[in-house]
Amino acid sequence: MKSFFPVVAMVAAAMLGSTAVRAADVEVIHWWTSGGEQAAVSVFANEFDKTGDKWVDNAIALGETARAAIMQRALGGDPPDAAQFNPGRQYEELIAAGLLLDLTPLAEKEGWDNFIRPEQIKAPCKIDGKWWCVPVNIHMQNWAWASVAAFKKAGLEVPTDWDTYLADLPKLKDAGVIPFAVGGDGGGWQISLLANQLILAQLGAETVEKIWKDKDLALAGGPEVLKAFQTLKTLGSYADAGSPNRSWADTTSLVISGEAALQVMGDWAQGEFQVAGQKPGTDYACLLGPLVPEPKYVRTGGDIFVFFKQNDPDVERAQLSLASMMVNPKVQALFNTAKGSAPVRDDVDMSLANDCMKKAIEVLKQPGSVVPDANQWRNEAFTTAQNAIFSDLIYNANTTPEAAQAQFVELLKNAE
Amino acid sequence: MMIVAIGVFVIGITFTVVLSFTNSKLFPSFNFVGWRQYEILWSTPRWVQSVTNIWFYGFGHIVLCMGVGFALAVAMDQRIRGEDAFRTIFLYPFALSAVITGLVWQLMLDPIWGFQAFVRSLGFADFTFAPLANGETALIGMIVASVWNGVGVTMAILLAGLRGIDEEIWKAARVDGIPAWRTYVSIVVPMMRGAVATALVLLVVNVVRTFDIVIAMTGGGPGIATQMPATYVIDNINSRNVGHGMAAATCMLAPIAVLIIIQAVFRWRASRRGRTTS
Amino acid sequence: MSSVSLPAGIEPSGPRPRHVTATRIGIYAFLLIAALFFLIPLIVMIMTSMKSMSEIRGGNIFALPMQPTLDYWVKAWSSACTGRDCYGLAPGFFNSVKITVLSVPVSIVIAMINGYALSFWRFRGSELMFAILLFGAFVPFQVLVYPIIFGLSRVGLFGTLPGIVIVHTIFGMPILTLLFRNFFASLPVELFKAARVDGAGFWRIFFSVMLPMSVPITIVAVILQVTGIWNDFIFGLVFAGRENMPMTVQLNNIVRTSTGTVEYSTNMAATVLTGAVPLIVYFVSGKWFVRGIAAGAVKG
Repeated sequence: MKSFFPVVAMVAAAMLGSTAVRAADVEVIHWWTSGGEQAAVSVFANEFDKTGDKWVDNAIALGETARAAIMQRALGGDPPDAAQFNPGRQYEELIAAGLLLDLTPLAEKEGWDNFIRPEQIKAPCKIDGKWWCVPVNIHMQNWAWASVAAFKKAGLEVPTDWDTYLADLPKLKDAGVIPFAVGGDGGGWQISLLANQLILAQLGAETVEKIWKDKDLALAGGPEVLKAFQTLKTLGSYADAGSPNRSWADTTSLVISGEAALQVMGDWAQGEFQVAGQKPGTDYACLLGPLVPEPKYVRTGGDIFVFFKQNDPDVERAQLSLASMMVNPKVQALFNTAKGSAPVRDDVDMSLANDCMKKAIEVLKQPGSVVPDANQWRNEAFTTAQNAIFSDLIYNANTTPEAAQAQFVELLKNAE
Repeated sequence: MMIVAIGVFVIGITFTVVLSFTNSKLFPSFNFVGWRQYEILWSTPRWVQSVTNIWFYGFGHIVLCMGVGFALAVAMDQRIRGEDAFRTIFLYPFALSAVITGLVWQLMLDPIWGFQAFVRSLGFADFTFAPLANGETALIGMIVASVWNGVGVTMAILLAGLRGIDEEIWKAARVDGIPAWRTYVSIVVPMMRGAVATALVLLVVNVVRTFDIVIAMTGGGPGIATQMPATYVIDNINSRNVGHGMAAATCMLAPIAVLIIIQAVFRWRASRRGRTTS
Repeated sequence: MSSVSLPAGIEPSGPRPRHVTATRIGIYAFLLIAALFFLIPLIVMIMTSMKSMSEIRGGNIFALPMQPTLDYWVKAWSSACTGRDCYGLAPGFFNSVKITVLSVPVSIVIAMINGYALSFWRFRGSELMFAILLFGAFVPFQVLVYPIIFGLSRVGLFGTLPGIVIVHTIFGMPILTLLFRNFFASLPVELFKAARVDGAGFWRIFFSVMLPMSVPITIVAVILQVTGIWNDFIFGLVFAGRENMPMTVQLNNIVRTSTGTVEYSTNMAATVLTGAVPLIVYFVSGKWFVRGIAAGAVKG
């Protein structure tokens, strides 16, 4: 339905004899469907509608499903005007095939180079000197979210390190609380996220990159990684029966209600606590690291938007206008506060952000603290296969950590 | 139009097979890599699991549909009262899509809301029946749902086959004092092999295509316990690993091709024996 | 329903019952238990859709709704959300109607002519064509999804209504052609030969001899196609595009969109609504369905 509104506008413009630009619809595919995410995406939609153009929302639940729809439409020659991805290699074929709108002129005019930071956030969009996408936020994945009430019910304090928490697991179970909350939808991306943070906790920021970036098979097959796999197996055995096909948001709501004790999830979970009206420190605890007493690094991911070429000057103007709006400091502040993420620029007023977010932004500012998500180095085919290995490990009683590790090494060996 | 359809099948399949030897990502490329995709495929645990799953699921689904379907058909053939009502009840799930079947059975088998919770609320606190929550039993839950959906058709086809049997057979069998069950096993079933074959063909077609019910019911989980070859192919297309996905698709095609060739050979031999029996 | 008598030749033919015996009680018990197994999911679906979430939490899925409400049906129909769009299932319903109304006649007419040509007009390569079509009946859709996306994009039909109609027509063709071929093959060849002697050609025989005789099988084909296309998920998901997204895809989206806890009332109401059309078709025409199987498929 791209045609109706522009026609009306065109007729109106002709009748008035003015040279006003014609408003255009911009269809955006994204996977922000949970309560907190919808609050955040509404910021974009409302702000964009105020400019006169129209945000046509196409929300598709689950990132895997949404990206599949984007790709099928790109392949079918009917791409949306704008689409969400995670920064990294998810859209490399689109750039190579020349399907994306080159944002370089806009970025140069507005000086994106000067204010978008850190380098790890800029790199996935600025490739060989050209801008192909707009980073809209920095998500930190290495968080654990704990219910204060759930731990209290078992007569425990919220732990601050792994050993204490692992020792707490049986006690939580005896108290009738789900000791560990995790969901297995979309092929197991939540479990991959968890596994990646466990491996990070084992190896530290300097070494962990070697696995995904350099395909260091010896390291991936080594004892530290095995330890992480063993922890994953243990945690899996304390998950509840409803876990297998559950979304992250439904899982977070178990922590919010106090039915479950702890979930490892990115900071987008924060949006759900906010929507539920809960306060950090009193209702829930946010544990960066995850569960590291003095966190020194953040595993960053986030969201970016690409814009598909449409061969329509009005749409292209509106696309660029949307791209510009997304990095606008005011919009960045509103959007990221609702989303629970950090802004992509420093000059944003984040006074509205809560203590958890402020703590993370401090760590983010330290040099050498940023560890990019594995998406940066490996493609989606790898991620899908990796999800299968990790989720098989926790849901299949017969899969041992050793066997899963062997599969992981084999996968890494074949990775492109 | 038939030519178009045949063209689509032939060209499409050729395209699929050719691409399986390339390292195509999102768009087709003709960068040939030999058997590499197949080597990776058969060393990928998720694919091997998918293949195992489809055999287990297919075997369970077909055996149960044929067994239960035949039992229902025989029971319905006993000059019972309310035959129409029973048939209506047995067949209606077939009118519902696999998505609906998956969703309603997901609720029925949900550990917190479903059947298990119901029995526990009656006082059996240790009762456990939540197959979908456990990787080892999830396929069984899926078989229950798919049999619920499909057994009515098998019953209807087999019943039509039973009704095609001459009344005289029964009279003769009774005169000879052959028990009813033996008459079924050694006389009636062989006589209705057309119906049996039709029912089997429909079941096989449905099993190979199994996709929607997985998406609606388990999403392939827990873990990879209910992944199927079809979901593997689609996931690989979606994660822009088309060459690999096409290798998997080609492997899905192989057993069907064998089946068709066997069938073609039989047809050919039959047509040589007598051209009028078609 | 019982007023419709079965056609001759398909009366119950099992061993004649003698008296009320243990065997007969066993047969009825078996049938009743089976009927219960088949009915329970439908009952649960409908009851759940009429309960509030608090009632679902408090009771169990087999409990009767204490305060039955149709609010969730209204919500599922007109205001359930997928993402930020809260239009319910209604747009999907109309899309499914469009797709079904266009695809069913097209696919059946073509399959009927195919079946007729294949059974009476043996031409060079007809056996081969039939074999390939048969193969098509077995080919999993997933094998062809990628080539078809690619092909449709080349002719500019990807994500359009004609595109999805073409896909349904092509994939419905093998099984429908098989159905019609088996039906025509069951007709006496003499009928055809007599018409040939009278000098009738391909189309005349088709319209004046074959078409009037194939009403029953056509009804069967319509039932199969209406339910099949209405229930389709994967083609709609991939090929229909955002403007024509069918009801099943919308149903899945609504169920997958959750904000915290799964709202089973709305989900089940949406499920009931999506299933209503094929169920009505089935209940109205159930007898034809069974009759068609008896008439055609078995002899193949």
